[in-house]
Amino acid sequence: MANKSSPEEIRIGVFVCQCGLNIAGTVECEDVAKFAEELPNVVYSDFQKYTCSEPGQQTIKDAIAEHNLNRVVVASCTPKMHEPTFRAAVQEAGLNPYLMEMANLREHCSWVHINEPKKATQKAMDLVAMAAARAKLLEPQMETKVPVIQKTMVIGGGVAGIQAALDLADAGYHIYLVEKQPSIGGIMAQIDKTYPTMDCSI
Amino acid sequence: MADAGRHPNIELLTLSEVQRVDGYVGNFKVTVLKKARYVDEKECTACADCLEVCPVVKPDEFNLGLSTRKAIYQEFPQAVPAAFVLNMEDCLGNEPIACGKCLEACEKRCIDYDDQDKEIELEVGTIIVATGMEVYDPTELDEFGYTQYENVITSLEFERLINSGGPTEGHLIRLTDRKQPKTVAFIQCVGSRCEKRGNPYCSNICCMNTIKDTLLIKDHWPEVQCKVFYMDIRAFGKGFEDLYKRSMAAGVQYIRGIPGDIYEDPKTKNLILTAEDTTTSELKKHEVDMVILSIGVVPPGDMDNTQQQLTLQRSADGFFLEAHPKLKPVDAATQGIFFAGCAEGPKDIKDSVTQAGAAAARANRLMRSGEVTVEAITSMVDPELCTSCGICARVCPYNAIYVDTKKKTPAVVVEAACAGCGTCSAECPFGAITMRHFTDEQIMAQIEAILAENAQDKIVAFACNWCSYPGADLAGTSRLQYPPNARLIRTMCSGRVDERFILKAFKLGAPIVLVSGCHFTDCHYINAVTWTQKRIEKLWDKLESLGIRPERLQLDWVSAAEGQKWARVMREVEQLREAVTAKEIEHTKRVITEDMLKKRTKKVKAKAEAVA
Repeated sequence: MANKSSPEEIRIGVFVCQCGLNIAGTVECEDVAKFAEELPNVVYSDFQKYTCSEPGQQTIKDAIAEHNLNRVVVASCTPKMHEPTFRAAVQEAGLNPYLMEMANLREHCSWVHINEPKKATQKAMDLVAMAAARAKLLEPQMETKVPVIQKTMVIGGGVAGIQAALDLADAGYHIYLVEKQPSIGGIMAQIDKTYPTMDCSI
Repeated sequence: MADAGRHPNIELLTLSEVQRVDGYVGNFKVTVLKKARYVDEKECTACADCLEVCPVVKPDEFNLGLSTRKAIYQEFPQAVPAAFVLNMEDCLGNEPIACGKCLEACEKRCIDYDDQDKEIELEVGTIIVATGMEVYDPTELDEFGYTQYENVITSLEFERLINSGGPTEGHLIRLTDRKQPKTVAFIQCVGSRCEKRGNPYCSNICCMNTIKDTLLIKDHWPEVQCKVFYMDIRAFGKGFEDLYKRSMAAGVQYIRGIPGDIYEDPKTKNLILTAEDTTTSELKKHEVDMVILSIGVVPPGDMDNTQQQLTLQRSADGFFLEAHPKLKPVDAATQGIFFAGCAEGPKDIKDSVTQAGAAAARANRLMRSGEVTVEAITSMVDPELCTSCGICARVCPYNAIYVDTKKKTPAVVVEAACAGCGTCSAECPFGAITMRHFTDEQIMAQIEAILAENAQDKIVAFACNWCSYPGADLAGTSRLQYPPNARLIRTMCSGRVDERFILKAFKLGAPIVLVSGCHFTDCHYINAVTWTQKRIEKLWDKLESLGIRPERLQLDWVSAAEGQKWARVMREVEQLREAVTAKEIEHTKRVITEDMLKKRTKKVKAKAEAVA
């Protein structure tokens, strides 16, 4: 919302990751980076071998400083993998972490269209264009910190539940160990000896 | 077990089941139902005086029906808590007190027939799911004759038979004549590694369990002959191969081939197995006294409840799905919830203990700092646009929106309770609700970018953050190949997908629009996905009335474990796309534009009337 009251020039940087050959084996990353240069508000675009690596992240940070970027698009793997990595990188460079957007060129493109490199490259361009269009409209978000209750509930009192409960109880947390049977022990208690050391289960 | 029972920081809630879980990471509110034990847990000393006078005899579940118990009993001698339990369904003496013998016998008077189930409210920061496993019931595999022939037993029944605390005090006998068997056959992979019956996955523990069982037999009764019928022996863990070699050195015969059938000799009650030894291609009959079916591991029957209460996902084998198979192997996708043991997949004791330690460490990591960062993806109401119609409050799965429809005060979002699904925003007819980080404008911009060029070649696909998007990721990591025409837009929930997004895509020339989300049982936002379905069904009717083929709008449920399904859906939507003609697209563009115009004029008119 802040943007509406004080409009700033949107300056997007695009970072296309080759991921070794994971992406570059199918997608022409250089072409994608060149394509991105022409997108609205994109003022910087390049490709890296591994954007998630230390030097890769440094490239992002340096470009933010050098080109005065205020939005970042990383075109690499699934955000499930490296969204925290790149959010941290842009944050270190002084940007709100929510001003970084990812395009998934690996799981959703290069790995699933291995035999159609041309079409995959076309799709990668679209994915980057989508990310840049979204990035342009991204707004800073404030994360909130909430207190954590220092207690754990363990559901199931078999060997795993007992062990987890004991570890956390020893560390000083209060544990509720919830078991549906009259006794804890689970299937383990029904077993006579256990492999590979042949000692008793209980 | 005893350590857990006496630990000052562990509160044992036995005979208890989770009823409801609300809240979020760091601040879960849990309702637990603690069922009546009818015996005072703290006072009972397990003296067994009650047990001696109880006249009721029932099959003992702990010994799998191989022995009996009374209506008042202890599950097993080392039970924790040691207190007895009275099974009221078996007891004669509830109301009116017809029996009451145990009460008379109990010196400490710790039996209470009027004990009640209790609901307990807990507040916890983290949850560890260690709901374990059940064993496969091999009755359906009639070629093995389980339940038909008494001397065919399961590996778990065998455990009880040779346990010194078990029904035979550890003596290996067969059930028909109570004599020690001379020859025992083990059959491996019962209920495991079969596509047609039982389960397709490897149960992980059965090979080593059988090897251990053969050694137990050989250690106690070296004269007993053991034959193991197997497909592969998977002795992959530390110390496992040694144990396998010890078993072979002890004279256990390993035969590579699973018997096709088992018959009982009606006179001797011996069992005759026919099996091909696939190392020699020899078909042979084997006569044995007893058969032990090495049964597999299956997810517990009540896993659905846990899944829904905690909004977890399950993999194709039915066990819980971890957030990442390599990098987050004990985390659930829901923050603050972790897995330990067989809940996540079949595991032996060592692996269960290892994973439990990992889950405890992950929970500790989260609680240690005392606070946790929560993403601020919540909804915001614009009070000027809000008409207090109350739709948003009705669709919110978390009751996080308050609207007074009588006083006509604008809707208010309780941010701490909002989980960020975006259903309210999609359902609001007045565009008064903005979803942070997934705004209408941002999503519309993505749609426009997709369809800017060659729209006829593209499929606009929406995928939810928790199921369908990672399902598509799994297709990628599995290198499943599919046509490259779909362009994916991620939303937190499919409930966020506004009707206007879909119409906009069609208006811009999209041949096909796909909306994908979690299966109903997996929905990360309680029941938000039901609103997705209702909305799409309504939209199908609308498309039809506009003369647009409803098939052009596809709705599919793809879980995070269904990479295969994602690839299939991609192939199907591509086939549908190929069938959409340029003429059809032009017609759609025109009718939707006209419809939008009509609506706008109506709105302007209504507003003018209201002002007048």
